[in-house]
Amino acid sequence: MRKLILTAVLVSSFGLSISSPAQELHGFVDARYGLRTQNDPNSDQEMLSELRAQLKGTWSHNLFTATVRSDFLYDSVADRHDRIDLETGKGPVDLRELNVLFTPIDSMDVKVGRQILTWGTGDLLFVNDLFPKDWQSFLSGRDPEYIKAPSDALFISLFPSFANIDIAYTPRFDADRFINGERFSYWGGTDLSGADLQTDKPDEWLEDDEIALRVSRNFQGWESALYGYHGSWKTPRGLDPVSGRNTFPKLSVYGASLRGALAGGIANLELGYYDSREDRSGTDPFIPNSQVRLLAGYEHEIITNLTGSVQYYLEHRLDHDKYRAAFPGAPGTEADENRHVLTLRLTQMLMNQNLTLGLFAYWSPSDHDGYLRPSAAYKLSDNWLLEARGNLFFGSDNHTFFGQLEDNSNLALAVRYSF
Amino acid sequence: MKMLITTALLLASMNTFALTADEIVAKSNQAVRYAGTDGKSDVNMVITDAKGGQRIRKFRILRLNTGGGTQKFYVYFKAPADVRRQVFMVWKKVKRGQHDNRWLFLPALNLVKPIAPGDKRTSFVGSDFVYEDISGRALWEDKHELVKETGRHYLIKNTPHNPRAVDFRAYTVTIDKKTFLPIKAEYTDKNGKLFRRIKVVKVKTIQGYPTVVKSRVDDLARGTHTISTCSNVEYNTGLKEKIFTERFLRRPPREATR
Repeated sequence: MRKLILTAVLVSSFGLSISSPAQELHGFVDARYGLRTQNDPNSDQEMLSELRAQLKGTWSHNLFTATVRSDFLYDSVADRHDRIDLETGKGPVDLRELNVLFTPIDSMDVKVGRQILTWGTGDLLFVNDLFPKDWQSFLSGRDPEYIKAPSDALFISLFPSFANIDIAYTPRFDADRFINGERFSYWGGTDLSGADLQTDKPDEWLEDDEIALRVSRNFQGWESALYGYHGSWKTPRGLDPVSGRNTFPKLSVYGASLRGALAGGIANLELGYYDSREDRSGTDPFIPNSQVRLLAGYEHEIITNLTGSVQYYLEHRLDHDKYRAAFPGAPGTEADENRHVLTLRLTQMLMNQNLTLGLFAYWSPSDHDGYLRPSAAYKLSDNWLLEARGNLFFGSDNHTFFGQLEDNSNLALAVRYSF
Repeated sequence: MKMLITTALLLASMNTFALTADEIVAKSNQAVRYAGTDGKSDVNMVITDAKGGQRIRKFRILRLNTGGGTQKFYVYFKAPADVRRQVFMVWKKVKRGQHDNRWLFLPALNLVKPIAPGDKRTSFVGSDFVYEDISGRALWEDKHELVKETGRHYLIKNTPHNPRAVDFRAYTVTIDKKTFLPIKAEYTDKNGKLFRRIKVVKVKTIQGYPTVVKSRVDDLARGTHTISTCSNVEYNTGLKEKIFTERFLRRPPREATR
């Protein structure tokens, strides 16, 4: 440990001696309260009751930029407050970023450490972005930035003349922060449940690792990309019938995307093949089948200060017959072969861009369910922001993606001071 | 010798008289938007609402001329705190029927997001300036008329070819004959009433380029105004074109941050 500190001091003083470091410290304080809009027999009425401070510091030197960004919070809805768990973000500290960025050679950037990783063309729908998401935050009315959970990764970007190549290596699997009964009730296979989901998470360093690759290039204004991923399903979609625990089966994904200007708007298309490596035949009832995912979207300004976008998303299960034949659950609760989802986003800016009204809507005509995300944010001043967010789920069945969340519909109010 | 000078003067004045409205506007556009091969500036905007409340925007803007009137802009936000480190990038197009390419980088999500082409007459970052005031209005979009000429100024009236696409009926621009900088612009609404005015408050010659370093825009209809001040202006800094790519959106270069 002492050696580590010494090294850190040496490194930082080395940095100091070769340049005048640019340092800055910023952040915000955010108070947020959310309630269910209906009773949930499996959960409390309160969805969020938290006070959060985020601090961000960056140190820029000639040779590298170091970034630390961390949340300090008290959330009375959380199960526990005493223990820090940086992996799940539970407890009083949620470390969002702690990384060093450097450029060893002119055509290469390296970022190592805790970081937020994002790619792909979807808007709140993900095909080739298999970096960890935080569904609990997303569904409960936190700021949209919390859809992303941090990765502990080595991120290398190469810039040869013919393409950009990005490689993300995560030495130990980073799961999504998924629905687990703490804040949200969910479909437990036979009924709605608020019980703590028991999972077996792959957690061996270097063995349970993840690697993600993107090769991208701009063709006359069209951003095109190829993707690859080798790791595990990001949510516990598998089940170990012996232990009864949910698992994260092995997964590889291969995909491509295209995005560019079209008819006065922005169009995007993305495809992904999900190779569920532990059940390639599709016969294992406890492991998800392989899938093909497709996403197409279009964004356009409708009138001045009002922008709209639509997306179509398809999740197609391969070997659906075998899935049906092996399905262990109650009849009528199996999923369809194709899950179709349509989304609509409307963003209206008013009062000199100080008031933003937004709506994001998911609707699945095949699952007969949906999810509405209305929001209103008003900037009282350069520092103060007032915000209201809704997360409203509906569906005709309890076992569908959004339908299971119906009792979790919630409204949240927030006030934020940024500095 | 005397004759030579006289001839030269005559030619020069003839040349001046020979300038058409289109030529004056083109020269002015060049002077105010294309100085040097590239440019860099720190911009401070103070937005004052009708009640006197103030909001501040601070950003570094990098500009590179990329030929044929096209340009690339990199706008790195420093204030207010909630948009700090966001980057707005524009690849400006000038040909008819072409839209600018625009991107926004959101650091908290590490997300590069293309922005759909929008109405260029909407507010830039909540100020009284509109997008077009920052990146420039294509010359072919208006009919230009020289309505008055004094010893020091040209007065140009600009009437849009497509009045439905804009919020004004016409605007007049006063252009300094020496520097060709526009020093005042006044916009009239559909009823012919003056509703918007941009005035240059201070001009400074930097590296030989006359530069607007302070300007004020008044929204007379709403009673709001914005004062924009430029500092640390530099030209011909040797900006590389690769800065204006996704790589440097995700990783702001020192040209933007220092």
